[in-house]
Amino acid sequence: MADFGGSDLDAFRTEARDWIEANFPKSLKGKGSMMMREERSEPTPDMDAWRKAMGEKGWGVPTWPAQYGGGGLTPAHARIIQQELGRVGAYNPIGGMGVMMFGPTLLEFGTEAQKQQHIPPIVKGELQWCQGFSEPGAGSDLASLQTRAEDKGDHYIVNGQKIWTSGAQWAQWCFCLVRTDTTKKHEGISFVLFPMDVPGVEVRPIPLIAGNSPFCETFLTDVRVEKDQVVGPVNGGWTVAKRLLQHERSGLSGAGGGGGLGGRSLVKLAKDYVGADESGRLSDSDLRTRVIMNEIDGRAFQLTAMRAMVESKANSGPSAATSIMKNAGTRWMQDRAELTIELMGHQGLGWEGDDFTAEELGAVRSWLGGKATTIYGGSQEVQNNIISKRILGLPDPK
Amino acid sequence: MAVLNEEQSMLRDAAKSWVQEKSPVTAFRKMRDSGVELGYDADAWNEMAEMGWAGVIIPEEYGGSDFGYLSMGLILEETGRTLTASPLLASGLAAASALVLGGSDAQKSEWLPKIAGGEVVGALAIDEGAHHAPEKVALKAEKSGSGYKLSGSKSFVLEGMAAGLLIVSARTSGKPGDTDGITLFLVAGDAKGVSRKRLHLADSRGAANITFDGVEVGADAVLGEVDKGYALLEKTLDRARAGLCAEMLGSAVQAFEVTLDYLKVRVQFGQVIGSFQALQHRAAKMFTDLELARSAVEAALQAIDADTPDVPELVSLAKAKMGDVFHLVSNEMVQMHGGIGMTDAHDAGFYMKRARAAEAAFGNQAYHRDRYARIQGY
Repeated sequence: MADFGGSDLDAFRTEARDWIEANFPKSLKGKGSMMMREERSEPTPDMDAWRKAMGEKGWGVPTWPAQYGGGGLTPAHARIIQQELGRVGAYNPIGGMGVMMFGPTLLEFGTEAQKQQHIPPIVKGELQWCQGFSEPGAGSDLASLQTRAEDKGDHYIVNGQKIWTSGAQWAQWCFCLVRTDTTKKHEGISFVLFPMDVPGVEVRPIPLIAGNSPFCETFLTDVRVEKDQVVGPVNGGWTVAKRLLQHERSGLSGAGGGGGLGGRSLVKLAKDYVGADESGRLSDSDLRTRVIMNEIDGRAFQLTAMRAMVESKANSGPSAATSIMKNAGTRWMQDRAELTIELMGHQGLGWEGDDFTAEELGAVRSWLGGKATTIYGGSQEVQNNIISKRILGLPDPK
Repeated sequence: MAVLNEEQSMLRDAAKSWVQEKSPVTAFRKMRDSGVELGYDADAWNEMAEMGWAGVIIPEEYGGSDFGYLSMGLILEETGRTLTASPLLASGLAAASALVLGGSDAQKSEWLPKIAGGEVVGALAIDEGAHHAPEKVALKAEKSGSGYKLSGSKSFVLEGMAAGLLIVSARTSGKPGDTDGITLFLVAGDAKGVSRKRLHLADSRGAANITFDGVEVGADAVLGEVDKGYALLEKTLDRARAGLCAEMLGSAVQAFEVTLDYLKVRVQFGQVIGSFQALQHRAAKMFTDLELARSAVEAALQAIDADTPDVPELVSLAKAKMGDVFHLVSNEMVQMHGGIGMTDAHDAGFYMKRARAAEAAFGNQAYHRDRYARIQGY
């Protein structure tokens, strides 16, 4: 809250509107969602200019503290910026794991020097971060990770292998979980930072069932990590990691993943591909029933999201309904993706080529890519464990 | 659960404590064992009426409190928890809705205060077969003097044994299956030519088949418009369905909580069975589905209170989803209780029997899935 009185939101709206008008390149209008979907490509000069403008202003992360370059604004001001961006078809160019997950975690657990070093480049969108958490032997059971950090006096030497390091091929820095004590499980983990261009870091992209992906394997061989790049206490990294995972999950609303069908609804697609009888009903009665059940599940999911929001606001705390959102949302989206390719028939199995529409090809990739949504960010089974233990109070096995 | 205002919170708390003290499942068991013809405990019903519950959706000028359908749903959810058998749904919600929505001033003045006070039980006499099909009306109403003569029969009338007022759908033109040509009539339960037969269903509630053998009624017995009764009937049924969903939600939540408690105390293989992941994940799935169903049920009740145009689709959404979830939870209740769940001495069977009867009432899941899609044009 540097320049604005708390009640002066109207004045702020005018300021935001004027600033966006003056700085957002018209050529980028409506391009935001497209850029999210497409493969990574070289930014145009206009894209660079827009990123720099928003970065300097700190409005890409409006609620982060101004002393590190953030907007220093209230959530109400942040909403206004978002609304004003949306009003003119502009997008927020500052994003990625640094913004979603690492930045908020570092602001809470980092030293002053770490914040001074790492937060401003995130705010300006200058640096990409990647996440070195999972390992081949440590997926859902993340705390069993084996990557070793050996204490060499003034630094650590790290050896091991990380997997699913999204965007590692483009990232300049990595936040990483390493084992600093092999005699304990959770209490032997530290949270460290290192640049991706130091000797001993090797990145290999992993092609997935849906084709190309941002996921990589990252091999760490005698990688030097400075001691001032440990976030939180040595052997206290699990607490930091848990907080970061909370930020990750709140960013992964089930409704977001696996979509990519553009504007056409499932019902419209079904009518076009399967046809309807004279009374307007889908002519395949078995498919119709399953389409209806999916529509009902989707509607109930949306109503639950609304209810959880209203309840959280009224009770000033998360509603119990929140715990079910990831499983309910991903289950619905995966069923929907299966129904979509089924109702397209063989047209819904095209891999590439001009025999298939972009929508058909997209449906295939979404169907396959969407399978990840019940695995990442806490698998369906891990979510069920969390509900069982934390909400329902069921005990651990002996 | 929905965010409640002060009067709704008080109503819910009052219902919760009355149900716990006066109407636990043992009261339902006692009623069943007594074989009482009405299918509910008349003393308990009097207490409910004295607390004003039968008048919750009835306007104040006709003796009610006009608190609305979400409020009524809160009470039904609580009574549903312990399977409390009463005419609250059939009379205080369904019959009262028909009168509030379609009644003349005279009809409202005559019947609503009695329904609100619990002196008269109203009931909908709609279906004529084993499956809900409100347009398949064969029961005939022929002109007779200045009034009408009703001939035919109605089946599976909820609270049909107790009903002092029957709201009867009759055919005044067209043929069974037509939505045009249906007229609603108010028929006193003791009218000459009305005879009823108790139906003993698995859920032990007070259902009846009712025969109308040349029952004479005046022109003032027509509720709403002649031949145009179907729209009013649908609106009435949607309110009854939403109320039933609230009751089902309460029953399903209770069935789930009882089962969860059992998982925490039953020991096999040297540990409580609730520590087995196979059971934990089924419990987590039930919890997830119950939360989704609650959202649908509350949205339907709130839409009725706000009188929005999406009431029919939200009600069908709720009935389809709630039916599936109650079905699942009631089956799992028996399965997870094992042998004890199969015994009559345990309550699990009550919940499973009630689930199936409630699923079938006013349209089962298949009916409402089809209706949900038809409303949306596919």
